[in-house]
Amino acid sequence: MMASTPHRERPYIFRKVKSDFIMAVTVAATLVTLTPLFLVLGYLLTKGAASVNWAFFTSLPKPVGETGGGMANAIVGTFEVVGLACLIGVPIGVGAGLYLAEHRGGQFAQAVRFAADVMMGIPSIVIGIFAYALVVRPMGGFSTMAGAIALAALMLPLVTRTTEEMVELVPHELREAALALGVPQWRTTLSVIVRTALSGIATGVILAVARISGETAPLLFTSFGNRFWSTSLSQPIATLTVQVYTYAISPFQDWQRQAWAGALVLTAIVLALELGVRWITGGTAKTAR
Amino acid sequence: METSVSEQVPVLGREARRSHARERLSGDRIFSLVTLGLAAVIVPLLAGLAVALTTASMPSIRKFGFSFLISSQWDPVTDLYGALPFIWGTAASSAIALVIAIPLSLGVALCLSEMAPVWLSRRLGFLVDLLAAIPSVVYGLWAIFVLGPWIRDHVEPLLATYLGFLPLFKGPKVAVGLLTAGVILSIMVIPYISSVCTDVFRAVPQTQREAAFALGATKWEMVRVAVLPYGLTGVTAAIILGLGRALGETIAVAMVIGNSPQISASLFRPAATLASVIANEFAEATTDMYVSALIELALVLLAVGVALNVIGRLLVAGVVQRRFDTRVG
Repeated sequence: MMASTPHRERPYIFRKVKSDFIMAVTVAATLVTLTPLFLVLGYLLTKGAASVNWAFFTSLPKPVGETGGGMANAIVGTFEVVGLACLIGVPIGVGAGLYLAEHRGGQFAQAVRFAADVMMGIPSIVIGIFAYALVVRPMGGFSTMAGAIALAALMLPLVTRTTEEMVELVPHELREAALALGVPQWRTTLSVIVRTALSGIATGVILAVARISGETAPLLFTSFGNRFWSTSLSQPIATLTVQVYTYAISPFQDWQRQAWAGALVLTAIVLALELGVRWITGGTAKTAR
Repeated sequence: METSVSEQVPVLGREARRSHARERLSGDRIFSLVTLGLAAVIVPLLAGLAVALTTASMPSIRKFGFSFLISSQWDPVTDLYGALPFIWGTAASSAIALVIAIPLSLGVALCLSEMAPVWLSRRLGFLVDLLAAIPSVVYGLWAIFVLGPWIRDHVEPLLATYLGFLPLFKGPKVAVGLLTAGVILSIMVIPYISSVCTDVFRAVPQTQREAAFALGATKWEMVRVAVLPYGLTGVTAAIILGLGRALGETIAVAMVIGNSPQISASLFRPAATLASVIANEFAEATTDMYVSALIELALVLLAVGVALNVIGRLLVAGVVQRRFDTRVG
């Protein structure tokens, strides 16, 4: 509080102009911040849309040097890896979240909560290396399963913490009412508490899915990539993110064109999940971080 | 788990009550054990992560010891590894990102919490959040083909002309390098920093603002005496968390930083970060020592990431209780 404090008797108009100026700068900062969003989306729409065609969705990648082909296997692969990750991550995450919500002050719950928070801050490439050491090395090769486990480990803390948060929002009276009617505790939790919090929990899961669908780093050394259809969980599998990454840094123009198409499809999937959830929940949902 | 409420159910007959109690007890037991078991996955998972990475990097730790962190040699041919170029690249790219992201994030947060009416603030906040939703690889793609060339053609000449006397802005102008990586990183961390800052500013009691206004403060003076000091800890935490994000960001950086393990003062030069070198070289690492050294880089990343995250969260927990981790509503 130096130059412009009121007792220095600066004319009000100066202080007012200064204030308005600074506040206008904050608005400008917001616009500058949002510019890349619109630029990225704009480029995706123009460059990506120009490159997307029917073959992109239906055919396999062509060998180096040949133009054409598509990312059919990568699109399916993304759904496969993410779906598997959900099968692992969602039950554990929701269960752990319920435990945390029911044992709020417990020491073990504190430890779990802390561990989940710490995990959220771990760079995703480190999780990828972990899955490599844990699954790929012992199994002797890259696999769909390894990629799914890496993504599951990424989504686990997110789902856990959102579930806990959502369950805690359920009014305590509901639980008390159920217990007063003689409903056992576990049924109270499942049919009253979880039911009430279900849309919130689902929102958290979908946001976590959106988040892991866009991950590339943890898949590089786990699910790796595949030019063909992957037919078993112990085989490597192509995913949209890794495919876009490989094509984007390649020197071939046709691959770069397809990278834009892949990026458009990928972004469309992720944004559809994010926007869909927000639309359903009235725009209030936010990603756990 | 026994509860006093359900113990006082008198209407059932003794038999019924007993079987009811047994069923309830076993149901509760099972349910409690299942959720406990699921919750118990997380702690060993985290511990396992640390143990697995440490074990896997043991050969490298044994061979190079502490000098791993201060040696600038990264040579797969002679199998000698030092992490310094990557520590430098990580620090420099994150620093650029923060220099750009901090003022912008503060601007966004002040605009959202102090300027915009609620309906607009919500929509703008949503758009800023969308920045965090766009996949990293998409940012990387955009940075390769749009941002990088633009920085080379427009930003770097400008910096070289006016600030060229600094070693930071000397050297050939290229599209891939520290500067491009730093700029794309800044775009990616702004939503994280600004959303924590917005929460922190919104948590400032309204009475503080009213008191400042009552003393005749203008809006900016109010922000300076009431909002900013109150939010200082939270803003620090937001920056630390943003730094944690920037350090670990992999793909977008790997795509535009140029991936060359060199230490140069020029921000126009290509470099490599801890995360980017792992992404680039891990799949082609041939010797065991090479793999081990790369995993040790991941271990360094893990240690720094966890430390920053814990500090940031402890700070932020005091300011915005329970709103940071999972914010809904």
